[in-house]
Amino acid sequence: MRQLANWQNEENYVIANVVVVDPVTGKAFTGCVGVKEGKIAFVERGEPQIASMPIYNGNELHLAPGLVDIHVHLREPGYEHKETILTGVRAAVAGGFTSVACMPNTDPAIDDKSVVEFIVKKAKIAGMAKVYPIAAATVGRKGKTLCEYGMLVEAGAVAVSDDGEPVASAQMARRVMEYASSFGIPFIEHCEDPSISAGGVMHEGYYSTKLGLRGIPAYSEEICLARDLLILNSVRCRFHAAHVSSRGSVELIRQAKEQGLPVTAETAPHYLSFEDRDLETYDTNLKINPPIRASEDREALIEALKDGTLDCVASDHAPHAAQEKQVEFDKAPNGAIGLETMLSAIVTHLVKPGHMDIAGALALITCRAAAVLGIPGGTLAVGEAADLTLFDPEEEWVVQSDDFYSKSRNSPYIGKTLHGRVKHTFVEGNLVTASLLGVTS
Amino acid sequence: MKRLDRKDLLGLEGMSAEELKLILDTAQSFREISERPVKKVPALRGKTVVNLFFEPSTRTRASFELAEKRLSADNVNISKSTSSVVKGESLRDTAENLQAMKIDVIVIRHSASGAPHFLASLLDASVINAGDGAHEHPTQGLLDVFTLRDKLGDLNDKKIVIVGDIAHSRVARSNIFGLVTLGARVTVCGPPTMMPVKIEDLGVSVETDLRRAVEGADAVNVLRVQLERQNVNLFPSLAEYSVIYGVNKDIVAGMKPDGVVLHPGPMNRGVEISHDVADSDRAVILQQVTNGVAVRMAVLYLICEGARESAFDEPAEVEQQLNTKSV
Repeated sequence: MRQLANWQNEENYVIANVVVVDPVTGKAFTGCVGVKEGKIAFVERGEPQIASMPIYNGNELHLAPGLVDIHVHLREPGYEHKETILTGVRAAVAGGFTSVACMPNTDPAIDDKSVVEFIVKKAKIAGMAKVYPIAAATVGRKGKTLCEYGMLVEAGAVAVSDDGEPVASAQMARRVMEYASSFGIPFIEHCEDPSISAGGVMHEGYYSTKLGLRGIPAYSEEICLARDLLILNSVRCRFHAAHVSSRGSVELIRQAKEQGLPVTAETAPHYLSFEDRDLETYDTNLKINPPIRASEDREALIEALKDGTLDCVASDHAPHAAQEKQVEFDKAPNGAIGLETMLSAIVTHLVKPGHMDIAGALALITCRAAAVLGIPGGTLAVGEAADLTLFDPEEEWVVQSDDFYSKSRNSPYIGKTLHGRVKHTFVEGNLVTASLLGVTS
Repeated sequence: MKRLDRKDLLGLEGMSAEELKLILDTAQSFREISERPVKKVPALRGKTVVNLFFEPSTRTRASFELAEKRLSADNVNISKSTSSVVKGESLRDTAENLQAMKIDVIVIRHSASGAPHFLASLLDASVINAGDGAHEHPTQGLLDVFTLRDKLGDLNDKKIVIVGDIAHSRVARSNIFGLVTLGARVTVCGPPTMMPVKIEDLGVSVETDLRRAVEGADAVNVLRVQLERQNVNLFPSLAEYSVIYGVNKDIVAGMKPDGVVLHPGPMNRGVEISHDVADSDRAVILQQVTNGVAVRMAVLYLICEGARESAFDEPAEVEQQLNTKSV
């Protein structure tokens, strides 16, 4: 058997001696995966039975479908000092992600088909992870005028959202949902009531009181979500709640699902790893919107991932330059990078404590994520693209600022010990992580 | 306890009763220096202190400056409008440049909560918090506690009421942390719009009726109404505030007969405190200001001593310094 370190760009090959984790069936078994012309040719238990293809030794790593992240900020065009599409997709594959959906809060916003085409083209040139643009719901994300969803979808947009901001007016939210429904694309809401959250920098609770930081109550998020769900009752469109952070939001989504509303929802890894008490250090890498909430919220989110109330986990990868984050807490922009720590965070905070098994946890960042947007990926089905991730579920590592392929370093996990680490990522059969070696961003 | 084992003074939260008492006792011995004809001792001779004030301040800044001068430290004053901040320099760069000039202590006042903590994590120099956002104002908390101890003796089980905009007050937080640690019973009082969530979890009682709050109180600490907050709907009008939450003679009458009234200044006479109360012998407002200098001398001295590691092994050194009448 060959080693992946001696990868030779084969078109057809087998990866053997791996633990195949299939999040669709929930099964994990020792076996092998065959790849032909960029597609999955077979998935088998035990030793490979084929002699006509080179066999690579997976060294007992876990093999899963390439990971899918439906909420990242690639910052290009407009904020190339934070991240570019190239550095963003490098970070993605370094973190095991083969498909990412990028949010439209760029400059200009992704509110015109030319911007969608630009991103698709740039991503193709980068040739790493697949990039699915999410278009703005309203022109300039200003909440005033509908974007041209028809033309945006034709150009490659997979959803609409004003993420970074909510669609603040209820009437506008209604029009967005009505208009989106005819194209079958989801409307992704950033749930927040700006009249309540204005000036806030962390979760409102005991710790905001103690730290003297302006609080954002959980009901800022819940009011907006409740409003949208009420509209959804009359206007049937696919509705997805981004970065759900509070127990109250979980409860609203649970009720909406029980009523049969077409709603999906995600949370982000930092809400599973951190609590508001961690802000006692005034670490601006923990300044995120919606804010890191209290212990009971974190517990409710984990419960909701287990029972399916929340569909998936998305990183909300939000790069910011060092000089932007190394400032007074009030002045720092919101957000943290997450692509390169997400799998490890999920292993550390969902699998290790016994909340979910590895296949169930992986479903949150593969098939369940892809299903929300209706994009390909997240599966090991024969004939599908050979997007694959090899990882070691046991490796313990301390996150270092120098480890990142992202252009930015604003990770709250720096200095933390995480379990599980991505080793190799294949996109359409190509070992894309091989070309990362020696790359410094 | 003879030594404050801290590089910085960022807040009273997390400080032990022992540490608080060390500062208060040290301040007690320093207070007398300001009564001398020659108000100077060489305790911090050769030390450099920078007063970095990003917010307007009269009392705190003058108090720190005088404390530094009376300890013979060299000091430099920088305010926001005269600094490179107006040219867009970041707080980090400003502080690192000052440190490059080999200074020993930065005293910082900033509108952002946590700004002193940010500097303390970056710098080898000691950082003293002179007020950060709505978080803490530890030397104000200490001078309030000092004044209360001076007037009331041991603060254990004493009832202290803090009245006003608790949510946005760093004075309230530092008072709460210090007083609760020293065993006082603290009641906070103000309109619910000015009451931060879960404040009771800091170990205080909450009361919205001022008359009930001050019943049998040993002291009332009256917070300044921040007039600039009037337009954010925390209270309907100054007139209503003064009627419902103003500390006047009637309110003082409900306290213990020898109870005292504190105010961190600057006062809005006729709003949160009536003219006659402010000028009455129950008010200890100017004594707070006098004590402030002694408290800041103690903090500067103990922080420098802590940072100096073993330079002052002899506790007698303090007394020796005090006995040096002039330089």
